[in-house]
Amino acid sequence: MWGRRRGAGPGGGAEELRARRREREAALRKARREQQLVSKRLLREDEAERGQDGAERAVLDPVLQGEVSELLRGVQRGSEDRRGWLRRLRRALQSKETQQEFVRLDGAVRTLVGLFTCSLPDVQLEAARCLHELSHSSDAAVAEACVPVTSYLLTYLSGHSIELMELCLYTLGNLVVESEVVRKKLLPQGIIPVLASCIQSPHEAVLEGLGYVLSQLLQAKEAPAEIIPLVLDSVLPQHMLRLVCSGLKFGTGAAVEFAWCLHYIVCSHTANVELMSLGAVPALTSLLCDIASEISPSDSEGLELLICPVLRCLGNLLAEETGREAQPQDERLLVALFIIMHCYLQQHPFLIPESLWLLNNLTADEPFFCSALLSMDLLPALLQLLPHSQTVSTLVLTVLCNIAEKGPAYCQQLHQQAALPLLLHVLVVPDPEVVGQCLELLHLLFLHWPQVAADFVKQGGHQTLEQHQSTPELQERVRVLLEMALQPLGASAFSSSSTALSTFSQMT
Amino acid sequence: MPLSVLRRRLRGHPPLPPVPPPARALPRPPFAFSPRRLRLGPRHPLFEDGDVQRHLYLREALTGRAEEAERPRVSEFCCHISGCSQVFDTLEGYEHHYNTLHRSVCSFCRRSFPSGHLLDIHISEWHDSLFQIMAEKQNMYKCLVEGCAEKFKSSKDRKDHLVTVHLYPADFRFDRPKKVKSGAKHVSCPTEYDGSMLMDVSVETSEQLQADHMEVVPSESMEVPQPTASTSGPEKRLYKSSWQRDACTLSLSHLRCQRGPSNRNLTPLFVHGVTVIPGSAKDPIHNLLWTGCHPRI
Repeated sequence: MWGRRRGAGPGGGAEELRARRREREAALRKARREQQLVSKRLLREDEAERGQDGAERAVLDPVLQGEVSELLRGVQRGSEDRRGWLRRLRRALQSKETQQEFVRLDGAVRTLVGLFTCSLPDVQLEAARCLHELSHSSDAAVAEACVPVTSYLLTYLSGHSIELMELCLYTLGNLVVESEVVRKKLLPQGIIPVLASCIQSPHEAVLEGLGYVLSQLLQAKEAPAEIIPLVLDSVLPQHMLRLVCSGLKFGTGAAVEFAWCLHYIVCSHTANVELMSLGAVPALTSLLCDIASEISPSDSEGLELLICPVLRCLGNLLAEETGREAQPQDERLLVALFIIMHCYLQQHPFLIPESLWLLNNLTADEPFFCSALLSMDLLPALLQLLPHSQTVSTLVLTVLCNIAEKGPAYCQQLHQQAALPLLLHVLVVPDPEVVGQCLELLHLLFLHWPQVAADFVKQGGHQTLEQHQSTPELQERVRVLLEMALQPLGASAFSSSSTALSTFSQMT
Repeated sequence: MPLSVLRRRLRGHPPLPPVPPPARALPRPPFAFSPRRLRLGPRHPLFEDGDVQRHLYLREALTGRAEEAERPRVSEFCCHISGCSQVFDTLEGYEHHYNTLHRSVCSFCRRSFPSGHLLDIHISEWHDSLFQIMAEKQNMYKCLVEGCAEKFKSSKDRKDHLVTVHLYPADFRFDRPKKVKSGAKHVSCPTEYDGSMLMDVSVETSEQLQADHMEVVPSESMEVPQPTASTSGPEKRLYKSSWQRDACTLSLSHLRCQRGPSNRNLTPLFVHGVTVIPGSAKDPIHNLLWTGCHPRI
């Protein structure tokens, strides 16, 4: 079971929420560009903290040093109400300063570790929750202070208590993403074999947590060299694939995590032979088709973060040398892509460029997909995306170029299906990169199907072209296109045989 | 194109007869286009938006497990393991208790372990006489780390391996060698997991916890962390002499009325997560176990 945190509490109108979300997105974008994008999960409901003993959000204020010591003493000493002390400590540990204070106190982490490994289940859980709060710290020093607990986190993962295992998994995932020191400890401690055992658990909560740890591990900078080989050596890849592909029916939360894991593995380009031998491409293709047959524009929420990494995996796997052979010529994938783009255009437009990139990789070298796109009447849907954004326009034009490049029959189809008027619109877009791609397309169309040139002129296209004659990156191509378009009418009577075409091109 | 039409296409469509691909012509300058499959690395700008959404999700996602205060309550019930009288009012609480204390229990000495793996190792090393015999001739002590197939001549060698190769802490709690010395009056077995018992109520008195965690060394049994094993057989563990002595340090602040059918007139003490029912008549074994363990209040 998974979902999004509900809103931001009282007083958040819809517009305010959107504004706050945009701010957060902007901050994340900036962090990504600086290669500092680290996020963690927290197993805590904000609402539950409020009013537990009347104390409200005040606990988020950093606790003074004296108070932190007092909490520690209470936890160490109080045989009565140790749980209560631990709960108080946990709330205090929600603040970054308190986290930092706490780990600096002599014996503090040691105490927590001792309680975490004690034989009283309730105390153990409360101590685990405190450790989990510590793991959420954005200070690497706090994560490193938790190193003494790692072997125990792994020990309990071989155990049976679901609740404890879930806490251990998310705590591990948080620690692992924060600090290389922690990772260097965990790998020799045997984290990968432990995770490989856990992945056979039937419990959704455990699987989702497991996916989370793996996804954090696999993003490490040393992952391609040190972590991915270990993962490939285990049973993890086949189970990950299985769990991703069954994610539509059950365990969507886990499927999302494992899909991102697969994406990180595929991106590293060290494992794709193995993944393909496991049948990743047909399996993921099937999954996309299944998803596409379930979604609609009004009912698509929740799957976008599963679709996104699957698109990326397919896109990169198909770009491999051996990718072409692995791809069954299954036109349903095309249909699935268009359905996905149609359903998510409004709510989650981030999927559009990624789908188009996959479409490029399908159509670049395979006439099969180009002809399928045309014969299944998907061209209008593609053309409709042209005015969307700079990135999307460029990608659409690239796919159209892929199709046009396949030869006269394809260009004829493109022309018959009314591509030209829309291309004329693209020519006036104030973006040289987009216009440049459009020029490439026009070139291919003029080359293979001269009728296009004639109609281009009839519709005043040459005048539009002339507007770009002074743009440096476009000049040369504009000049050549104008020549092609305005040459004597006799040229348009040429047959479309390739010899005639080559003669034609020698003349220009 | 209507979605319904597209969906129908998903169910299959006779493929077109393949058109033979034309010979790939080289691009003609100044035109540069050539179809290319693109490989994108993890930090490619095209992935930026998707990554941002993924990270927003990570920061906001809930899991299905509610906070303790919010869990659905059921009517109180008792742990069904003979001798354990812990009471629960949530299923999650019971699940954790059961899996922690009763799941991997050694049937010889009643110690419980965090995992089946550690239990198996314990049984073979502590209770299998054949093990000792074979250990004289070959390496029998298995590495505790799952996935590591190494075996060692002695517990100490194994520990060294755990510390040097697997970077385990030197005082790893679940690697306590069997101590042979006998006659320890003060049975300490402090915070050890495997020392804690279903029935063992003297577990985790404050003094013991303190000793272990703060490294204050009050007695000989608190030396760096070799446990005293249960020396005089299983029964002795159940009647910890320290129970009576330490009774006054136990918290009496939690009194709960157990509403089970057979204990209507009893007021149990709720101490450290274990309910003690003085003189409960639940079953003969229970009586036997509790004789002599009444807290002196």
